[in-house]
Amino acid sequence: MSVDAATVRHIAKLARIAVSDAEVGALAPELNNILGWVEQLQEVDVEGVEPMTAVIPNRLRLRDDVVTDGGKRDDVLANAPGAEHGFFAVPKVIE
Amino acid sequence: MTDLTDLGIAAIRDGVRDGAFSAREVAGAFSAAVEKGRALNAFTVETPDHALAAAAAADAARASGDLKPLSGVPLGIKDLFATQGVATTAGSRILQGFEPRYESTVGASLFAAGAGMLGKLNMDEFAMGSSNETSAWGPVLSPWRRNDGGNAALTPGGSSGGSAAAVAARLAPGVTGTDTGGSIRQPAAFVGITGIKPTYGRCSRWGIVAFASSLDQAGPMARDVRDCAILLEAMAGFDPKDSTSLDLPVPNWEAALSGDVRGKRIGIPREYRIDGVPAEIDRVWEKGIALMRDAGAEIVEVSLPHTRYALPTYYIIAPAEASSNLARYDGVRYGRRALPENGNLTDMYEATRAEGFGAEVKRRIMIGTYVLSAGFYDAYFNRAQKVRALIARDFERVWEQCDLILTPTAPSAAFALGEKSADPIAMYLNDVFAVPASLAGLPAISVPAGLNDEGLPLGLQLVGRALDEQGVLNAALALEERAGFTARPEPWW
Repeated sequence: MSVDAATVRHIAKLARIAVSDAEVGALAPELNNILGWVEQLQEVDVEGVEPMTAVIPNRLRLRDDVVTDGGKRDDVLANAPGAEHGFFAVPKVIE
Repeated sequence: MTDLTDLGIAAIRDGVRDGAFSAREVAGAFSAAVEKGRALNAFTVETPDHALAAAAAADAARASGDLKPLSGVPLGIKDLFATQGVATTAGSRILQGFEPRYESTVGASLFAAGAGMLGKLNMDEFAMGSSNETSAWGPVLSPWRRNDGGNAALTPGGSSGGSAAAVAARLAPGVTGTDTGGSIRQPAAFVGITGIKPTYGRCSRWGIVAFASSLDQAGPMARDVRDCAILLEAMAGFDPKDSTSLDLPVPNWEAALSGDVRGKRIGIPREYRIDGVPAEIDRVWEKGIALMRDAGAEIVEVSLPHTRYALPTYYIIAPAEASSNLARYDGVRYGRRALPENGNLTDMYEATRAEGFGAEVKRRIMIGTYVLSAGFYDAYFNRAQKVRALIARDFERVWEQCDLILTPTAPSAAFALGEKSADPIAMYLNDVFAVPASLAGLPAISVPAGLNDEGLPLGLQLVGRALDEQGVLNAALALEERAGFTARPEPWW
């Protein structure tokens, strides 16, 4: 399968990365090149093989459902490019 | 008096304990070396005050008899580790200005063990790269040069390139690195130092900027095997804040170090002999095989049939996980924001990410987004996870025939900056020998084994069973003792 300019724009949209026309032109062959190279996995016989879900056998732990952290609003906001009145500030979302 | 920057971790620790020198003197000597070594571009931030404060505490601890395992040892910390109050960028413009309010678990453990921090180490952007050329802050230069009299700037490897250069140039006795698909081992090999990626889950990932969470592992890089064992003991351990952290005691790797490998079976996987690899790599591999045989190990030819699929598998799984992990860089919570005039929220996301990410990171996010997108998930991501299971099964089976695997670390010596940056796949091939152990989560180390005809270091890799860091370290020590690698770069910086 081949990635065309429209697909590159679609992926960029999904990934929330603005791309110029020139970038689309450069990215299409680059992505095709990489996707063409990983295509060789199609030749592996994976019949009956379960996809890996844990690298090292481990179990997800459960902990008591209690508050273990918090009260750090200022720390959380300290690095925000925009913070107002104790909240993250973003451009207007609702017209 | 010896130059303190010639000392490794064990020698510094023991010297401070025995009163041969003070921790303050050590911190001062390395901080001066960091400053003098700025031409290498190994550090993104210098923190001499941090190193000095830890040293003062170490000197006080000695006086009061409270020395800790790393008292008096100053370290470099890869910029992927969140450091409280100290800029943390992961080599990316998008995190410019980010000063974490917390310490990574691994960093906190090292500091609690008495270590100080000399500074933050430059790296490929978000650890995506094998040459340090994707760093937003410019490439790190290797302290090594070819012996042809030319001054071609060489890569220290990547992504832990600043880490590698700092140790090789004696700017730090030891450093932290991280390894997702070879990012500790390949740079260690390129600059003639030792670096170990432990079993997945040994070191907490909490507070380490995430790239590919099922692959990312922290590990130490230092001048020799013993120093790596010492650092790894301080870095490893269970952390409830990391859901894949292994709830196991940390062995006393240093105390149990032994170069006695008599009776150990060392597997030589035939699939690692690949076309197009220079003869010098085969030669150093043969040398390693001879040295292990000389040490009393039994050499066994083995097969890891799915090896050739490891790299393409990795280049589906790692970008897929990265595209998800890097979704958090949205210009809202930390780092940079770009907001076009009259732009809405989506415009802000798209402009922030377009401006903040470099070309390789964008490429990988796009690949990851594509392979996870509706209609392609099964063909790419799910299939890759199946092949990954087969790669892990290859190792499971091979452990019936041998205890360790010995291979070259990288398919070449260090190359010149710019030499491979035009072709992503040529760059990816750097990690062809390193990636299988990453996909299987196994402990793997790189040890310097010799120089090539151009006078550049070459490394050998040892891979062990899950949780058998001791076996890996011991075999590495046997190799180190016999390889007698003492070469170091001639200072030009």
